[in-house]
Amino acid sequence: MQLEAKDIGFRYGNGPWLFQGVNLTLEPGEIVGITGPSGCGKTTFCRILAGFETPIEGTVTFNSAPLPKKGYHPVQLIFQHPEKAINPRWKMHKILNEGWKPNKEVLELLGIDREWLERWPNELSGGELQRFCVARALGPNTRFLIADEMTTMLDAITQTQIWHAVIEIAKKRKMGIVVVTHESKLMQRLCQRVIDFNDFS
Amino acid sequence: MPILEVENLSVSFKQYTGLKQKTHKVISSLNVTLEAGEILAVVGASGSGKSLLAHAILGILPRNASICGVIKYAGEELTPDRQTVLRGKEIALVPQSVNFLDPLMRVGSQVRTSVKNGDAVSVQREVFERYHLRQEVEKMYPFQLSGGMARRTLLSTAMVSGAKVIIADEPTPGLDPDVIKEALNNFREVADNGCAVMLITHDIESALNIADKIAVFYAGTTVEVAPVENFKGHGEEIRHPYSKALWRALPQNDFIPIPGSQPHPSSLPAGCLFAPRCVMATPECRQVQPEMRKLRGGMVRCIHAT
Repeated sequence: MQLEAKDIGFRYGNGPWLFQGVNLTLEPGEIVGITGPSGCGKTTFCRILAGFETPIEGTVTFNSAPLPKKGYHPVQLIFQHPEKAINPRWKMHKILNEGWKPNKEVLELLGIDREWLERWPNELSGGELQRFCVARALGPNTRFLIADEMTTMLDAITQTQIWHAVIEIAKKRKMGIVVVTHESKLMQRLCQRVIDFNDFS
Repeated sequence: MPILEVENLSVSFKQYTGLKQKTHKVISSLNVTLEAGEILAVVGASGSGKSLLAHAILGILPRNASICGVIKYAGEELTPDRQTVLRGKEIALVPQSVNFLDPLMRVGSQVRTSVKNGDAVSVQREVFERYHLRQEVEKMYPFQLSGGMARRTLLSTAMVSGAKVIIADEPTPGLDPDVIKEALNNFREVADNGCAVMLITHDIESALNIADKIAVFYAGTTVEVAPVENFKGHGEEIRHPYSKALWRALPQNDFIPIPGSQPHPSSLPAGCLFAPRCVMATPECRQVQPEMRKLRGGMVRCIHAT
């Protein structure tokens, strides 16, 4: 069970290469950080890892096979802006249960209030919305989690709560995590190794 | 004289469940003052009303919101009419959500619309260069920008406006350290030139480098206003137990969270809003909400703080 990105290169249209020759192997239970200046393609790389985007060069394999095109995706991406990753016309319970029904334990660990389920997305704060985005990505078949600036919008206590919860679940399930953050202190706390995107542009 | 005063502000939202109307008070008895030449950092729980305060000052709250209390700008009450006249000119906002960019307008043009003096094009190019946005970015639409680039565009818009009060609502998440430093130094510079800056942020560490004072928000009210020098070490000099917990949860400090979450506006506890999560709480705390009081050169809303 391994997520492997080999010689990934990407550019929009005929524009300059955003990055080239990016290699990443993620083992179960491993936590790897990605850092680099904004606009250097970190998010695009995350989208490639999670199958939202096809690389121009290189391949992404899961378990030595191409990423699955159907069914529950084993690589789940958590976006930087939760308000852009949910349907504003769905109530929270529908958003939460779209992929799987998160159990009580997950909801409690992430501090999701029962009462929030009956609300519309615009009635919750960014931090509250992000808890939902994390919960819905943690289905039982998630093997790798890509956290793209997952807690940048949150206060320190909420950030720490969410990370403690995610790390606990990841340890239990031997889930691998890619952490994108600009916060070097957070990176040091969480990651076993760090990839610097400066090296690929 | 403070350039912006917020006195006893409360903001409520009307909500309907079927035909039943409910009112949620999301900000209560909030007091903040902003002096010219000063940077006030506003930190606190996500959902504690920091952005709502910004929107209340600008007069851009949604229609189902009602506000009580007084907001004064330059000594005079900031009425809805005055807000319409002043916003974007004397009071500028750096919005939190990148959704505030016009999706159908090239970003260079968006920045140019807020230039009041001088040649809009050259001012816009100058500010883009300052924030390391390449010249081709001005021709792009918001969907073509990365998260950090969109945020730099929002920053540029406020910086070129020449406003006397800048309210920056989370201007830095997703930016790399170099640009953060540039943006924050820029705030310091405009403040030193007489502008007042309210910097709403989670990045306490960066805020400490440039701000003069820190206001800590919890559940829609201010729990502490302190000089930045108090935020150091294990937080011994910090007054309020919530501020202390926030300080200790930082990855560079202990990275240990306190349990629980901020109470919802519909079910606020009777006394101190933080009491249910506070280790220092006594029966007294649960009776009445403490008033803000002066303590060691700052303000705190806690009866036990020393």
